[in-house]
Amino acid sequence: MSEHHLHTPLTKEDVLKLRAGDVVFLSGTIYSARDKAHALIRREGSPISLEGAALYHCGPLTKNGLVLSAGPTTSGRMARYTEEMLGQGVRAIIGKGGLPAEPFFGKAVYLAYPGGCGAAAARQLRVLGVHLEELGMAESLWVFEAKEFGPMIVAVDSQKRDLYEEVRVSEKSRKTD
Amino acid sequence: MRDMVVEATVRALTRAETTLPNWVLRRIEEAAARENRPLARHHLLFMLENVLIAGEDCLPLCQDTGLPIFHVQIGRDLKLNFSLAEAVAEGVKIATKKIPLRPNAVHPQTRKNSGDNTGPGMPDIIMDYVSGQVLRISAFPKGAGSENMSLVGMLNPADDPFDFIVKNVAERAANACPPLFLGIGIGGSFDMSARMAKHALLNMDGRPEDREEQNLLDRINALGIGPMGLGGDTTALGLRIEKASCHTASLPVAINFQCWANRKATEVIL
Repeated sequence: MSEHHLHTPLTKEDVLKLRAGDVVFLSGTIYSARDKAHALIRREGSPISLEGAALYHCGPLTKNGLVLSAGPTTSGRMARYTEEMLGQGVRAIIGKGGLPAEPFFGKAVYLAYPGGCGAAAARQLRVLGVHLEELGMAESLWVFEAKEFGPMIVAVDSQKRDLYEEVRVSEKSRKTD
Repeated sequence: MRDMVVEATVRALTRAETTLPNWVLRRIEEAAARENRPLARHHLLFMLENVLIAGEDCLPLCQDTGLPIFHVQIGRDLKLNFSLAEAVAEGVKIATKKIPLRPNAVHPQTRKNSGDNTGPGMPDIIMDYVSGQVLRISAFPKGAGSENMSLVGMLNPADDPFDFIVKNVAERAANACPPLFLGIGIGGSFDMSARMAKHALLNMDGRPEDREEQNLLDRINALGIGPMGLGGDTTALGLRIEKASCHTASLPVAINFQCWANRKATEVIL
């Protein structure tokens, strides 16, 4: 388990060296998107380039351009969009609860930020801008500047290792013991 | 009196969103001390740090400030000459601006956001009648991550309700921000079981689990799901079961998931 301090935009080399269980702190621009932003990007295309992007499954609480609380939302709801997002160049998806590992193989990682820790996350983020504001506060595509955003755990790496799946498998083996 | 209800609603929501009950913090601390997996322990400590930051900044500890759910205990001798539901709704609107809260309440189909966390049926007010002249209001903001994992099963009376619960917690826990608090309703009817499960969460106050609850809690923690589903000894921190008689042909079982941020605050008006 090693610790990495990375900066966006992320390169393929940046993410290929990450291994499941590693700890990551991320600085630079990150984008928030959840249910509605994903659906809209599928229909109409992305308002921003996602090349080398870190995409954060998050519906922040903000006020007057300040981030007040901004922890991760459940990634499973956005699982249907993973391939499209990675296809547009996203190198890291950040969230909680995990995503199927297959689409990440050889090109990207899934990073787990501790769920429910919105106040801690807010201290590491600053609003740079917002797109798709008509979708409302939680569903807009926020542009954040992250400073040492973390700790995040590499929960799905680019080598098909999936920590959530490993926990599920060990659960089943315990049951049959 | 109406003003007092509005103000108590704002105060209860403010406290519920920015702090955690002491008994909840104690259970997280105890779990961190017991936890054998370093990654899991770090998660638990980061959660405690997050609660400290929220308290310092007086900000919601989670960006999912939840759906406004309230538990009201009202004395049978009390007569109110105003609508309690409207007074609480007014408090929710004020709190949404003041704390502030993320506007979460939307129309179920158009998904149009009311902007103030109220709407048809929202806030949800769960009433309990008690003796005397009493009026207590508890804010129990409920996040979607854990609520989305909740379920009702209409079991065959020959099924084991605890096997059903363990199986579903195993499948669903990772998405519900574990370590969890679990409200369980066994018996009654379809909707009664769900209300009992919510009620079990509302009535959790840190008292020790009884033997049946503890056995189920131990089975769930033996699953090894751990904080945030990334493995560990701590999958659930509390569990409470409520029961009611049911039809001889039925066995309803409801599981209401609650995340580690088991937010609740009570204001005593009378």
